[in-house]
Amino acid sequence: MKYLVCVNKTPDTTAKISFKNDGKEFDDSGVQYIMNPYDEWYALVRALELKEANGGEVVLINVGGPENDTVIRKGLAIGGDKAVRINGSGDSFYVASQIANYAKDNNFDIIFAGKESIDYNGSEVPAMVAELLDLPFISYGIKLEMEGETATVTRDVEGGVEIAEVNTPFVISAAKGMAEQRIPNMRGIMMAKKKPLDVVEPTSVEARVEISSFELPPPKAEVKLVDPENMDELVRLLHEEAKVI
Amino acid sequence: MNHSVKTDQYTHHDHYGVDELLDSDHLLARDAVRAWVKQEVSPIIESYAEKGECPTHLFKGLAEIGAFGPSLPTEYGGGGMDEIAYGVIMQELERGDSGIRSMASVQGSLVMYPIFRYGSEAQKKKYLPKLGSGEFIGCFGLTEPDHGSNPGGMTTNIKDDGDAYILNGAKMWITNSPVADLAVVWAKDEEGAIRGMVVESDSKGFSAPEIHGKWSLRASITGELVFEDVRVPKENVFPEIKGLKGPLSCLSKARYGIAWGAVGAALDCYDSALRYSLEREQFGKPIGQFQLTQKKLAEMITEITKAQLLVWRLGTLANKGKATPAQISMAKRNNVHMALEVAREARQIHGGMGITNEYPIMRHMMNLETVLTYEGTHDIHLLITGMEVTGLNAFK
Ligand SMILES: Cc1cc2nc3c(=O)[nH]c(=O)nc-3n(C[C@H](O)[C@H](O)[C@H](O)COP(=O)(O)OP(=O)(O)OC[C@H]3O[C@@H](n4cnc5c(N)ncnc54)[C@H](O)[C@@H]3O)c2cc1C
Repeated sequence: MKYLVCVNKTPDTTAKISFKNDGKEFDDSGVQYIMNPYDEWYALVRALELKEANGGEVVLINVGGPENDTVIRKGLAIGGDKAVRINGSGDSFYVASQIANYAKDNNFDIIFAGKESIDYNGSEVPAMVAELLDLPFISYGIKLEMEGETATVTRDVEGGVEIAEVNTPFVISAAKGMAEQRIPNMRGIMMAKKKPLDVVEPTSVEARVEISSFELPPPKAEVKLVDPENMDELVRLLHEEAKVI
Repeated sequence: MNHSVKTDQYTHHDHYGVDELLDSDHLLARDAVRAWVKQEVSPIIESYAEKGECPTHLFKGLAEIGAFGPSLPTEYGGGGMDEIAYGVIMQELERGDSGIRSMASVQGSLVMYPIFRYGSEAQKKKYLPKLGSGEFIGCFGLTEPDHGSNPGGMTTNIKDDGDAYILNGAKMWITNSPVADLAVVWAKDEEGAIRGMVVESDSKGFSAPEIHGKWSLRASITGELVFEDVRVPKENVFPEIKGLKGPLSCLSKARYGIAWGAVGAALDCYDSALRYSLEREQFGKPIGQFQLTQKKLAEMITEITKAQLLVWRLGTLANKGKATPAQISMAKRNNVHMALEVAREARQIHGGMGITNEYPIMRHMMNLETVLTYEGTHDIHLLITGMEVTGLNAFK
């Protein structure tokens, strides 16, 4: 089988978040980047496990500039066979269109993505890819088993799980539980240097969404400790300051 | 106090954009080893250090991640990487613990490297792949009870006995020796020339008693090597190399890694102190707001940044094969001393908590006392620099 895994680059979870250009743009000075954990730990590793069990090929795809190559190489170091980077950037629709455009001529059996990127948390790209390719889409998979061409996918739903069956080809977004993080070793890192990373120019696609501005959440209010003997003070604070009673 | 199983909250510190001087392989290697340390070392290290026990199960893990001989060629069990990759790997291991870094330094630089550099083809084929995969553990015997800084005075010796040499003598302070499958041993032949050889630990007359009572490098095992008429087959002796330059070239390789490693230990202390200074409040404000705390933190990151630039430059020279032993001495001496000073300042910032195993500080500080002394003491490295700049030898 052929697997396509969408890998995105996101700021490290400990990065200090700030904006520039009147709040329209993320300020990335001094920010460390990582591979989006949902892509790396769950989507990519599950694709690799399926390949290891049944043979096939795992191709990584990223839409972005050359600054994304380190993240792509990490995917190759973990075990991807080859990678393609579509040299452009834009909104979710732009990204999904580029991925769909690459995928349509390449007959992938399963297209994997993480359930969301931890920067903008849109969860949009895999759904759009599925729609553009007219393929079934299963979101937030926490388990994926293959039997021939049929996949059984367990999804988290409110208060329980849903078990769905789908035939290849399909698109799936992976959530926590689908696989476990793999740390690349030095051999993998060196082998990754020899694996192909093709750079493809993007097709022209108009972005459909424009960002007006970003805002940071208000700073967390200070914690006030109230003496357990002083219930009147607690009631007064809840009433006058928190205004919840 | 209960040993800490807190999650390792270490974050990246790069005050001068040094990351931009590194290639993507270096960054990948560094982040992979950092993730491995967070997963395998941080959760257990305080308890092993407290018990004074070596987590020997980590040898296999170190081998799998590729920490043994990363800059040796792949056909001999190495990683085929450059010297900067080797450096960042050592940095991240020592960020976890100097003892864990020592396990890797000895295996890679003091055992695999001499076999690779001076061994016969048969020796390389026989030992290197198994050392690289962690199936064999090695140790390096140079120091003797009466010859530390002056290894040239060694008395361990070999005598020709037909198809073998007979080895007699004792080595002291040997990292990994009690658990080693083989030892690279330096001994004088009948002409008084220092020769290197591989001695297998199951040889008759070989013993490696453990040294107990260390307050430093407690998670690394250290022992003696005692040779009583050990028969060493002639094919186990390194064919060409004679004299002190054999062992010294290995030490250069390991010292280079230590210069990087010390930066890791310093970064861990700084990271913990910075976080603590923002969380801990006294007199109604975070202690990080007091000028005296800021002075400590600012000086720590200044010294760390200088040390990072020093090893980066040293790595660039090493990649071209141009790093001299004297340059390596300077970096080892400066960076280890810097790390020890950073640990001491970080200890103060943590107040009383700084002396407990809730924080890594005291462990790093105690470890660094060994690092300051082994692989050439702080003062010996100073004399090497002194000799380099004056042309005058203070050892004679
Ligand atoms: C935990 C640990 C692990 C070790 N692992 C290994 C190992 O794996 N293999 C190995 O071979 N060795 C190992 N060593 C040994 C280490 O390299 C020696 O301890 C070191 O070289 C110093 O030797 P010494 O302890 O005999 O001190 P000494 O040489 O006796 O030095 C004592 C003091 O005298 C000073 N001094 C000595 N000569 C001079 C001089 N000419 N001028 C000025 N000052 C001088 C020194 O700087 C030092 O301060 C290890 C040591 C430790 C503590």
